[in-house]
Formats: sequence, C-alpha cells, structure tokens
Amino acid sequence: MSLLFETAPDGIHTYFDWLLQGLGWTLSLGFSAWILALTIGTLAGAARTLKTGFWAKTAQFYVEIFRNVPLLVQMFLWFFVVPELVPEALGRAIKSMPPPWASFFPALLCLSLYTGARLAEQVRAGIEALARGQSQASAALGFETGGTYRYILLPQAFRIIIPTLTNEFMTIFKNTSVALTIGLIELTATAQAISENTFRTFEAFGVVTLIYLTIALIAWRTMRGIERALRLPGGSGDEARA
Amino acid sequence: MMHLDFSILIDAAPYLLKGLFLTLQITLVGFLGGIFFGSLLAIARLSTNRVYSTLASVYVTVMRSLPLILVLFWVFFLAPWLLGWVKGAGRPIPVGAHMTAFITFVLFEAAFFAEIVRAGLRSVSVGQYSAADALGLSKRQTYVYVIFPQAIRNVLPILLTQTIILFQDSSLVYVISATDLLGAASKIAQRDNRLIEMYIAVGLIYFVLSFTASRLVKHLQSRLAYGRARP
Repeated sequence: MSLLFETAPDGIHTYFDWLLQGLGWTLSLGFSAWILALTIGTLAGAARTLKTGFWAKTAQFYVEIFRNVPLLVQMFLWFFVVPELVPEALGRAIKSMPPPWASFFPALLCLSLYTGARLAEQVRAGIEALARGQSQASAALGFETGGTYRYILLPQAFRIIIPTLTNEFMTIFKNTSVALTIGLIELTATAQAISENTFRTFEAFGVVTLIYLTIALIAWRTMRGIERALRLPGGSGDEARA
Repeated sequence: MMHLDFSILIDAAPYLLKGLFLTLQITLVGFLGGIFFGSLLAIARLSTNRVYSTLASVYVTVMRSLPLILVLFWVFFLAPWLLGWVKGAGRPIPVGAHMTAFITFVLFEAAFFAEIVRAGLRSVSVGQYSAADALGLSKRQTYVYVIFPQAIRNVLPILLTQTIILFQDSSLVYVISATDLLGAASKIAQRDNRLIEMYIAVGLIYFVLSFTASRLVKHLQSRLAYGRARP
C-alpha cells in the first residue's frame, strides 16, 4: 500500500490525492443523480397509476424508452448526439464547457433519467400494492388527486418499497463508473490511471475495490437506518415485510 | 443542426450483425453459466454447513457491491496471470477480449442469479423436501427432480428480466475494446465520423430487442400466474 503515498507524475499530488478526487466525483455524481432520479421517479411513478390521460401515457413512454436502452448507449447519446441535435448555439455552449463539467453534466442527466425510469416502476408497484380503499377513503375525506398522492398514497408506498430503493441506491454508485467512458475521472478511471502510470495494477484496483465495498456498506446501513426510523407500528410498512 | 444520413447503416449492417452476434453470445453464456453457478451458490448459501454458506454469501455480497466495469478490468488483468499459473508457464498468457467478457459475465451474473434462485428455493414448501426424503430420493435427486423444477418455475419471470438486464449490460465490454453491437457501431462511427447516426441506430436496435423481450416476459408471467390460479 506504499503506492498510495508516492508522488504522482503531476509532481504535486500523491496517488492518495488522486483517489480522493476520484471518490469525490463518484460520490457527487451518485448523490446528485439520486436526488434528481428520486424526484423524476416519484412523479413518473405516480403519473403511471393515474387511470387515463396525457400524463399516464407520457410517463409510460418515458419509462419504456429509458429502461430498454443500455446505460452506456444512453451515456453516448447524451454526450455525443444531443449536443448536435439541439439548436446550434446551445450545442456550442455545451461543447465548450471546461473538462470535468463537460462529462459531469451529461453523465448526471443520463444517470438521473435512467435511474428515474427504474424508480418510477417501483413507485408504481408500491402505490398499486396499497388497498384501493386508501384512495377511496381519501376522496371521501375531500382530498383532491394531488393531496391524495402527497399525504395518503406516497408516504405508504415509499415505506413498502424501501428494500428495492435500497438496491437502487447502491446501484447508482456502481453505475457512476459508466461515466468513465465519456471522460469523467471517477474512482474506476482513477484506478486505471494509477495502474497505467505505475504498472501496479493489483494494488490500484485492490484499493478501489475496497472503497466500493465501503460505499455499498454505508449506503446499505443508511437505508436500513431510514427504514427503521420511518417504520410505523402496525402500519403498512410492517405488513410489507411479512 | 447537421445533416443526418442513415444510408451508412446499409454498408455497416454486416459488421453490426457480427457485433450483435457477440452480444447475444455473451448474453447466452452469461445466462447459462450464471444459472449454473448461481444455483450452486444458492444451495451453498442455504446449506447448514457454515463454511459453505459464509463463503457463498461473501462472494455474492462482494460481486453485487462492485461495478461491472471494475470486475471486467479485474478479469482482464488477472485471467492471463491465472492461466499462466495453471499452465505452469511462469508468465501471463493473453486471454483475449471475448474470453474475458465470457468469464466476467459468468462470474458476475452468478451472484445475481444466486439471489433469485435462492428466493425460488425458499418459495418451495418444506413438505416437498420431506416428501422427497420419504420417497428415498438422494439429496442430488431431490434437488434435480423435485425442488429445482418448482423453484425455477416460481422465479422464471425474474430470471428472464435479469437476463434482459444482462443483455443490456453486455454493452459494457466496450471498455475492454470487444466488438459487440455497441463496439462495432462505435468503431464505424469513429472511422466514418458518423457518431450521431450510428449511436441513434444502436439505441434503437437495443430498444426494439429489449422491449420485445420484456413484453414476452410479461406475457409469460400472466400465463404462469394463470396456471397457478386458485385450486
């Protein structure tokens, strides 16, 4: 592990600094994509449970497209294709962003929409798992559609799907590694760079593997903590586990 | 906005088809190998032998915590050393991108299939084990003839959905420069400077195949649910 404290070819940083930087990009991409994906997924998932209408169709269209194209292909579409298809001035603005951001923003958009589509399916499943009496009772109490979702359906649905959300939360950090294909130097790309500079592949990949294991463990513990904090005594969260 | 010319696809078609063939090969190898080793892992995880169950659960947990790209890099780096060591050559023997892809996907998918098969095994009632025991079946016979057919049937839609994900994930072999569907498209895109047309086309091909497959799985799911309707 002495490798970590050797000076990198840039002459200023150690490889440890490189890894910290890579970890920083992995975490910031993962977290910001998660927040966006959760927002998109909740809206699209709720829209899919509406009986009819424009929004249900739009949400279904979105989910089908983004779930059925590989993440890497979507990355390339956002990075190479979209800047060419938008109006020229905007395209030029996108392409002239300084280095990390030119990869970071397409990757963020891509990962959010990809994960959002997967979350939408889970949110929908959670809402559909609720007894129909819930929305009927809510209507009887005078809630409108928005209020029914906001105060009655979604709070219960989320408690039911926390286990699958945990899975997605862990997956999003793994999926950030796909951003290396469009030039973001996140963790895996850092390992590659260190190994190319030192030929000590085993150590470089070993350290990064340990970091990913730690991220997964922390992500899992965090979600378990949230699940426990939100549990309702005898509520629908308890039933879901049975 | 630049001018799009999709006629390039006609010339590219044979090369893309060859790439698609590798994509499907990886999917098939990953599926078969993944189910086989995944089943062994699932049995090991449910075993009463603490050593087996701990080893299997560590393997599954570690694999599921790592990005597929990182596992691809590991195999790409380690497989030549292991092969050299096994053959006693004393130096690494090149393994090639295709073999690397096959090995990686079997190792990686085994962990994911293991969890699905385990859920299937647990869905089979304990009475089935006792009954097989009472009929004098050996442990192997019990699993092969009694437990697995029921377990797999119970989780078949989830297994197939995972296989669609595997089909999509196979595009990641791009990072080790294998020429799968995406790899082939990307090589032509860069050679002829036709990135836009090629990536849109490849996106469409993946979409049509995945969408059709997931529709078939949904259909199968409702058929299976029908077969299991109330007694």
